[in-house]
Amino acid sequence: MNNKINRSGYFSKGLFSRNSLTAFAFLAIPLAVYTIFVIYPVLQAIWFSMFKWDGLGPMTDFVGAKNFLKIFADPVFRIAIGNNFKIVFLSLFIQLPLALFIALIIARKFKGAVVYRAIFFLPYILSEVIAGVLWSFIYNPQFGIQNTILVEWIPFLADFPFLGSPTTVFYSIFFVMIWKYFGLHMVLYIAGLQNIPQEIEEAARLDGVNWWQMNLHIILPLLKPTIFLSIFFSIVGSFQTFDIVWAMGKGEPVNAAETMVTYMYKFGFQRFQLGYGSAVAIVIFIITLIVGLVYQKITASKDI
Amino acid sequence: MIIGENRAVVSFKYLLMTVFAILTLLPIILVVVGGFKTLAQLRLDLFGIPDPVMWSNYLDVINPDKSMFFINLLNSCIVMFTTVILGLILSSLAGFALSRIKFKGKEIVFTFFLLGLLFPPAVAILPLYIELKTLNLLNNYMGVVLPQVAFALPFQIMLTRSFFNQIPIELEESAYLDNCSPLGFLIHIVMPLSKPILTTVALLAMVTSWNNYFLPLLVFNDEKLFTLPMGVMSFQGQYINDWSLVLAFISLAMIPAIIFYLIAQKYIIDGLTGGAVKQ
Repeated sequence: MNNKINRSGYFSKGLFSRNSLTAFAFLAIPLAVYTIFVIYPVLQAIWFSMFKWDGLGPMTDFVGAKNFLKIFADPVFRIAIGNNFKIVFLSLFIQLPLALFIALIIARKFKGAVVYRAIFFLPYILSEVIAGVLWSFIYNPQFGIQNTILVEWIPFLADFPFLGSPTTVFYSIFFVMIWKYFGLHMVLYIAGLQNIPQEIEEAARLDGVNWWQMNLHIILPLLKPTIFLSIFFSIVGSFQTFDIVWAMGKGEPVNAAETMVTYMYKFGFQRFQLGYGSAVAIVIFIITLIVGLVYQKITASKDI
Repeated sequence: MIIGENRAVVSFKYLLMTVFAILTLLPIILVVVGGFKTLAQLRLDLFGIPDPVMWSNYLDVINPDKSMFFINLLNSCIVMFTTVILGLILSSLAGFALSRIKFKGKEIVFTFFLLGLLFPPAVAILPLYIELKTLNLLNNYMGVVLPQVAFALPFQIMLTRSFFNQIPIELEESAYLDNCSPLGFLIHIVMPLSKPILTTVALLAMVTSWNNYFLPLLVFNDEKLFTLPMGVMSFQGQYINDWSLVLAFISLAMIPAIIFYLIAQKYIIDGLTGGAVKQ
């Protein structure tokens, strides 16, 4: 058989024009849907971001970069962006290590691991809105854990305000994020651990290494690609946080739990400042892109 | 050879994991059980067994005169199935062209699709809203379905294209000898052989669509079109002071996802991790 045909396939063989036509027939609808509902609005967002516009009349009030200057001058936006970065760092230092710790325990030689994995992953499949309302109940001062657990068992936390105070609301919501997402990272780690050949561990055991040495010096370096991937998911996801915050008090009280997307939503859809809101969207995109690129650059370097 | 671990260490691991498991499940259990309590008992006795058992909370939620639960459920199903089916069709068509057909500009088209991986829906949402308004797609199922399909396409095409690449060329040649068109080859041979990847594509789309709140929140103003997450928010707003009723509503709203999870757990977890971890 002819190797050339083998590689490119039959449908690549015929007349060039016919192939282009066939390809076009296959691609026309997907390309149209994608261009109309993804690419076009993204490009428009760049255009909108340079106007002052309420979304109704024609866009005439060109303001150039003014929206962007206004964004960074707004203390509420600074709270929002700060919260997004706090989510990134807290996830990195609390959520991911917790997920890794659990994965290391249940991934190997652990009877009933399937049941534990299923339980830990369960919160991930619930919608963020349901998770948010569910925890609003748990945190509710009249009905939730405050009346029972805290008052009776941990008296010094009896007045802990959870979602009710600007100093605690962010951390209360972040706790729900851990609850909801550690299972996702755990299953990623378990999948990664299962790709590590058993022989490596057994050889190390024969050399007499203990649990800590095993995990720290042998398993973790082999798990690096999975860890990098899970961190990447976590970073990109953190910048998009909206639903869970919205369901647990819309970023209030006094904007303490605001994120960049809730901030954008409030300006775009509640105050109808579509130009300004679009500028916020562009800022979110650029920040995500920069952090993503820097992260890839760091993880691609050989030293890590 | 396996060196046995210390018994105490093993017991400690089980104890620790069991405590974590209970803490993970506890909020869900409290909510489901709480839905059976009277408001008075809910206030005083979070951990107690419901006494009396208030079936009426759950009955009120499934009563079409008192709550929109079934309408919300139906809307979520309509939006989800349409999104999944369209996603499967479009990503198979595009994945096939980008994998098995040779044409000028193929790499450019593929890169153009990959570009979409960079844009989270939030970036495009304001212009998208204006666009949907112009196209008369607000308060229309397709106003949620089409953007959902579009935003999922880049990743889906990445999956289908790389899977279709693996299909042996011999099958293509015998299809040609049988006078099979490219579309016939895709439908009768490629797609049945690609069940694993199409399952992954479908499951990811199902979970995303089912849980989506941001987009329906903008597109649907009419309560009759609200999906389950929107229904949860609006029901909670309506009965802000009757938590036991709200708990019954969210318990019932969790059930479809939990049943689906119990049935398809293996596929969901494999689908989420498989594409990511195994290179």
